[in-house]
Amino acid sequence: MLQVDRLSLRFGGLRAVNDVSLAVEGGRISALIGPNGAGKSTLFALLSGFLRPDSGSVRFLGRDITGLAPHRVCRLGMTRTFQIVQPFSAQTVRENIAVGAHLHERDRRRALERAEAVAGRVGLAPQLDKLAASLTIAGRKRLELARALATEPKLLLLDEVLAGLNPQEIGEMIPVIRSLSETGVTVFMIEHVMQAVMNLAEWVWVISQGELIAQGSPAQVTDDPRVIEAYLGHGTAARLRQAATSGAGDG
Amino acid sequence: MRDLVLIALFTVAVLLLPLFVTSGFLLNLVVMTLYLALLGQAWNILGGFGGQFSFGHAVFFGTGAYAMAVLQVKLGLNAWAALPAALALGAAVGLLVGALSFRYGLKGSYFALVTLAFAEVFRILANTFQFTGAGVGIQIPLRDSAADMQFSGRAGFLYTILALCVAGQLVAVWLRHSRYGAWLQAVRDNEESAAALGVDVFRVKLVAIAISGALMSAGGAFYLQYFRYVDPHIAYGPAISVEALLAAIVGGMGTVFGPLLGAAALHAVGEGTRGLMENAPGVNLVAYGVLLVLIVMFLPRGIMGLFGRKN
Repeated sequence: MLQVDRLSLRFGGLRAVNDVSLAVEGGRISALIGPNGAGKSTLFALLSGFLRPDSGSVRFLGRDITGLAPHRVCRLGMTRTFQIVQPFSAQTVRENIAVGAHLHERDRRRALERAEAVAGRVGLAPQLDKLAASLTIAGRKRLELARALATEPKLLLLDEVLAGLNPQEIGEMIPVIRSLSETGVTVFMIEHVMQAVMNLAEWVWVISQGELIAQGSPAQVTDDPRVIEAYLGHGTAARLRQAATSGAGDG
Repeated sequence: MRDLVLIALFTVAVLLLPLFVTSGFLLNLVVMTLYLALLGQAWNILGGFGGQFSFGHAVFFGTGAYAMAVLQVKLGLNAWAALPAALALGAAVGLLVGALSFRYGLKGSYFALVTLAFAEVFRILANTFQFTGAGVGIQIPLRDSAADMQFSGRAGFLYTILALCVAGQLVAVWLRHSRYGAWLQAVRDNEESAAALGVDVFRVKLVAIAISGALMSAGGAFYLQYFRYVDPHIAYGPAISVEALLAAIVGGMGTVFGPLLGAAALHAVGEGTRGLMENAPGVNLVAYGVLLVLIVMFLPRGIMGLFGRKN
């Protein structure tokens, strides 16, 4: 569905994304993980047209979309959410979601109706007439998801929709995301909450300092020494293994 | 729906007004209020609904006024034929200013300064060329006939400005209930989010500034017919830009009736102070300033803020 080929972007001397290639398959949930500052959100910005790569290409549904403007990428069927939620604060939840629904629906009333249906899917129905500014962080994350969903995307890029939620809220959101995939939307998510990644993703890419360092099933990548070192520092994987074996010997 | 009913009631009330009110002073006050409401609505389309704060709406106003003057006096066109041309020119200047500033992502105070600069450039140009009467300005001859959009009584002018003002209101109602309006308000609240949801931000802003420019130039065209004279300072000076944004901000930005209420409030305050202090010309401007400060401090959503969240 989405092919990324040798994508690179530098900010001055910093290689934010360095020679990244990956292919997101349709119909399933994939995840992109990595330590803070690894370049995950930058990669999403490159895919969705908010940033232009220095080199490399992005193909979506067989079409080259490298450097295409964000609204055009969205019209082709790829919608992203933002890590830092960006609601239309002065408008109600219903109006917020309707902006997404308007992508394929000219009529105002039908767009508002569609917004209502989408709100139901993500559990925002009771808040439809509240101002977006009055929502809690969990509510705003749901709104971010609902707006994107209202554009009826084929591929949904979710940038940390679970960050900042408490365990109960995370527990409520996981089935929502799974249900998206069940209705035929392909999901590619950046996520720090490993519980969600282990639970949802069929395939995981790990990025560190702009480079792809591992990929595989969630179990495979969390066991990968390079991934452990990327998160916890050089040499940690070996020390952990040592501690585990000596700990077993003591017991 | 409720908005349309209110507009219809308001239209009928103004239509009937000349039957009951014969005082030239009062009718003039109503004409000037509607005229200011039109300018405020023009600014409101771009500033209130679109979040692009212009400080130089005079650039459109002056273009409308000069287009009417030049087309009639130099090219001998009839006023009614000149009016659509003036609107089109206002929209064209809007597209020009918009294409140049939105293309390069100018926002907030940068956009405000650029619009101010455009108005000043146009003022200097109008001051330079003989075509626009240079510093002397252009006077249009007195004809006193409805066929030339000049009227012997106030009622004719009242109906003309009413039609233009209502047209502005209807545009605002359309923005409240259409896809384009939803897009424009999304762009106002967050451009990145709007783009991520498939909104062509640049194009949406361009359409808004073109509509705004056309309405503002309608105000300029009316001004010319009413006062039959325009010069560079009247047309492109900063005063008219400030009046337009004051009416919208005082009344309530991004609302259908805000500019009308704002215009009424400004004229009420202006005439009130003028009545109280007859020997101090310009004191009404001080009152405008005080009103603006009070509104910004206590009613940040303008007078419309008194009537619930959205109206």
